[in-house]
Amino acid sequence: MTSEPFYQTIAQLAAALDAKRLSSVDLTKAVIARTKAVEGRVHAFNSFDETDALAQASSSDARRAAGQARGALDGIPIGFKDVIAVTGQPLTASSKMLANFVSPYDATVTTKLKNAGAVVWGRLNMDEFAMGSSTENSANGPTSNPWDLTRVPGGSSGGSAAALAAGEAIATLGSDTGGSIRQPAALCGVVGLKPTYGLVSRFGLIAFASSLDQIGPFARTVEDAAIVLGAIAGYDERDSTSFQTEIPDYRVDLKQRQGPWKLGIPKEYFGEGLDPEIAAAVERTIAFYKGQGCEIKEVSLPHTQYCLDTYYVIATAEASSNLARYDGIRYGHRSQNASDIVDLYFKSRAEGFGAEVKRRIILGTYVLSSGYYDAYYLRAQKVRTLIRNDFLATFRDVDALITPTSPMPAFKIGEKADPLALYLCDIYTIGVNLAGLPGISVPCGFTKSGLPIGAQLIGQPFRESELLAIAHAYEQAHDWKNKFPAL
Amino acid sequence: MSAPADLNIDHVATLARLALTPEEKAKFAQQIGDVLHHIEQLKKVDVSGVEPTAHAAPVFNVWADDVSKPGLSVEAALKNAPAQRDHMVVVPKVVE
Amino acid sequence: MNYEAVIGLEVHVQVKTRSKIFTRVSTGYGYEPNTLTDPVVLALPGALPVMNKAALDAIIKAGLLLGCEIAPVCKWDRKQYFYPDSPKNYQISQYDQPICLGGTVEIELPGSARNVMGEHKKIPLTRIHLEEDVGKLNHGANDSLVDYNRAGTPLMEIVSDPAMHTAEEAYAYLTSLRATMIYGGISDCDMEKGQLRCDANISIRPVGETKLGVKVELKNLNSISYVRDGIAHEIKRQIGVLERGGIIVQETRDYDGMTGTSQSLRSKEMAHDYRYFPDPDLMPVKVDEAWKDKLRAECPELPFDKQRRFLADYQLPYTLTSALVWDHALADYFEAAAKLSGKPQATGNWIVNDLLRELGAAKLGLADSRVAPAHIAALVKLVDSGTVLTNAAKEIFVEMFATGDQPDAVAERKGLNAAPTDSNGLEQWCRDAIAANPKALAEFKSGKDSAINAFKGPIMKAAKGKANPKLVDETLRKLLASS
Repeated sequence: MTSEPFYQTIAQLAAALDAKRLSSVDLTKAVIARTKAVEGRVHAFNSFDETDALAQASSSDARRAAGQARGALDGIPIGFKDVIAVTGQPLTASSKMLANFVSPYDATVTTKLKNAGAVVWGRLNMDEFAMGSSTENSANGPTSNPWDLTRVPGGSSGGSAAALAAGEAIATLGSDTGGSIRQPAALCGVVGLKPTYGLVSRFGLIAFASSLDQIGPFARTVEDAAIVLGAIAGYDERDSTSFQTEIPDYRVDLKQRQGPWKLGIPKEYFGEGLDPEIAAAVERTIAFYKGQGCEIKEVSLPHTQYCLDTYYVIATAEASSNLARYDGIRYGHRSQNASDIVDLYFKSRAEGFGAEVKRRIILGTYVLSSGYYDAYYLRAQKVRTLIRNDFLATFRDVDALITPTSPMPAFKIGEKADPLALYLCDIYTIGVNLAGLPGISVPCGFTKSGLPIGAQLIGQPFRESELLAIAHAYEQAHDWKNKFPAL
Repeated sequence: MSAPADLNIDHVATLARLALTPEEKAKFAQQIGDVLHHIEQLKKVDVSGVEPTAHAAPVFNVWADDVSKPGLSVEAALKNAPAQRDHMVVVPKVVE
Repeated sequence: MNYEAVIGLEVHVQVKTRSKIFTRVSTGYGYEPNTLTDPVVLALPGALPVMNKAALDAIIKAGLLLGCEIAPVCKWDRKQYFYPDSPKNYQISQYDQPICLGGTVEIELPGSARNVMGEHKKIPLTRIHLEEDVGKLNHGANDSLVDYNRAGTPLMEIVSDPAMHTAEEAYAYLTSLRATMIYGGISDCDMEKGQLRCDANISIRPVGETKLGVKVELKNLNSISYVRDGIAHEIKRQIGVLERGGIIVQETRDYDGMTGTSQSLRSKEMAHDYRYFPDPDLMPVKVDEAWKDKLRAECPELPFDKQRRFLADYQLPYTLTSALVWDHALADYFEAAAKLSGKPQATGNWIVNDLLRELGAAKLGLADSRVAPAHIAALVKLVDSGTVLTNAAKEIFVEMFATGDQPDAVAERKGLNAAPTDSNGLEQWCRDAIAANPKALAEFKSGKDSAINAFKGPIMKAAKGKANPKLVDETLRKLLASS
């Protein structure tokens, strides 16, 4: 247990703030100081605005002094993946294309967190336009894993995971299209939650694949994740895909809901390609639940082998369209070498986008092009139905599923040069996005070489309360949350 | 592995408005070819009678009432524009 | 060889809504550039579309008015192409599931004379779908300037079958379609403001041939008469090409209404592949019977139906109905006045001749008129009862138009009532007139009824033109019968 404020949980800090043992300004200063101390090695941020953060912290302190504190998040510095709009702050998606873009508006989650009193803190590094699993595809260079600076933090929300693991924020937001929250959470030893599709508004989230993207929290504990989720969840009239549903008090539910639960183990998630140390750690996790009286049941998700392909067709098709707006006309990088209007599109986009983004745009454009739509996109959407049905069928017998989050622990920066090899990082997380389900990665141990391991729990649509309670039960009985990287 | 014969990278890059160097074209053609080859296995799935899923939880008729709300000021609207004049975005001459 | 033209029209109609189709910033025309934008309109990173219910209501209503089949479910697709006026570089539109299918537009062709009804036809429609309008490019000498105010305005695309054969038919189609949209309150269809825009697909073929010829798309038909002139010009051009032994190439041509010429738009435009796919940011639309019923109840009677009713129920002459039915407000005005007066034709004449003339001269619209239907009805009654004479009534109308006063008050004030109204004075003038003309008296007595008219001149003279002719006639007959 550390006494450093930047390594404490929201729950602990909120209590300290309420008891006037700590001010938000002091907390924010501690986070800023920590960031300055480690950022040269971690490189989790694209940018941060100290003055703005301290001004927010000072407003929070004034509210609290006046007895008008807005809850657990008031005064807590929360980092944002650089893909979520904050008025007056840069919004770059780690792309040269948006290097100079300053958002004139707030994302809905930004508004909600501001309303909850949170200190909006910094713009976190990521794979460009959220395309990647290592945060190496960033125009600003890679982020390092705080547990081993020569390794990747995972991705695409690698900055969000690394910043939290390094004590550069108290919680962070990421976005998850195929595992971009859960996989880096696993690789950096923190909790990462991808909510049910439609639970959190996407308004103000730079779109990668609209039908898969979802914003979610990174936190030190499941309880902290529940606190942040409670603040950002809910129907938004500005997002047609957000869902009208009652938002429970996740934090209260977390403690009230007790097992035993019926947990499913999808056999397809424990096969070839899974690192044996990870397999062992997840087995131990399963054994824990069994020891708690949970019924453990092997289940099958027979279309699992098609998840990756289905994902790459749907995600790249949608991305090729979503990224068409980056043309250097109204904003963004505009080539200075264009001979005419048509050339302006070609050169601005060629200069503004990195290799992985270009690759995915090409693939997505191809699968939508004349004559291929039925064979690729339409077929992938049908297979998606089968994948979703697989999951829903298992939920007739079990409350949640347990799987590894990532088949491998953090790998070396530069190690995986082949796109297809990198795409395989997401094999356990992609199905959850395709099926629109909630998924959470919780720390469940370390490899012998000291790299964090995460277990993934997959829940039923809009039943985050239960998913969080299951994860919380495990977390309470283990001490992984009190281990911090040596930085 | 090589690209499927029908992946015309020039044509696709043109549709996507991406100027690619010859090196990029060669590399992408090979890499995307590998991915497409992998994706071929989707053709093995029996999807007869299966409805496509566009949204995980589809609902109908999500709309708003027709009320007008304030938008962006001209300054805010054009703040990020690479070139502007007379409150409009400047682009190279468009020949219609 | 004789050729037949085959014409299909693609008409874009802006739907009249307060806010844009996928975001709630205002729509509008004539505003300072880029003052009607928001993150959605500008396609800023992270912006998302949300459907405008009113735009859906409007297109369903349009479909009901035109007899279309309304799809029970429809969806939104992205039509992808890069162009500076299209902020997202895709347009949200409807590809394979348009909201309206089929339907017809009833047209009337010119009759043999102005006062003769022409032939009616029903031009079949292919489909109507909803999409978003694009921004506007202003071309300078060396560059172009983009204004996004128009971007995101709801736009209906109304596609006809290739079922018209003359420029007159196309003209009649557009006239009728425009009136229908205005009637339904769907659009103001002001072509100068770009609220209605028309492209024509034109081909020709030898008479008797059933296969379609090569089609040419004609763009920039910026007024209804340009549509007629442009199509007539294009038909003539194509026939000319064939007669000179040339071939028609499939192309897009730009019609210049000022010079009456067209020009090929052979831009270096790359081959289109719109890569349509369902927009994942929007949910599909389901239209149930209750929704349709509610809108059906709001649907007005269409102009041609109204005309048929005016001809049958009011026995109005054709020309009068043509002058009344195309303006919904004017037709309603007429019906209100006719109901009060009980004299439809006279009422119609006052409205079409006098009211429209005065409004035109004063550059006012019907809504600005101080003369209400009740004024017209009262005036018709005054004339009908002989209380005022036609000439006096014309004068009363002008005064009534200027002041808004009731016609009897105007007549009183200006001394325009037929006089005298007391029968004693009139009787004396009649006796005097009979006494002064024994020849006519004898003729009348011998059975020549028209001889009675000989007495009327002197009576009118004595009455200084203000005698009520009906009363004069009655009084004369009474006196003649007893003399």
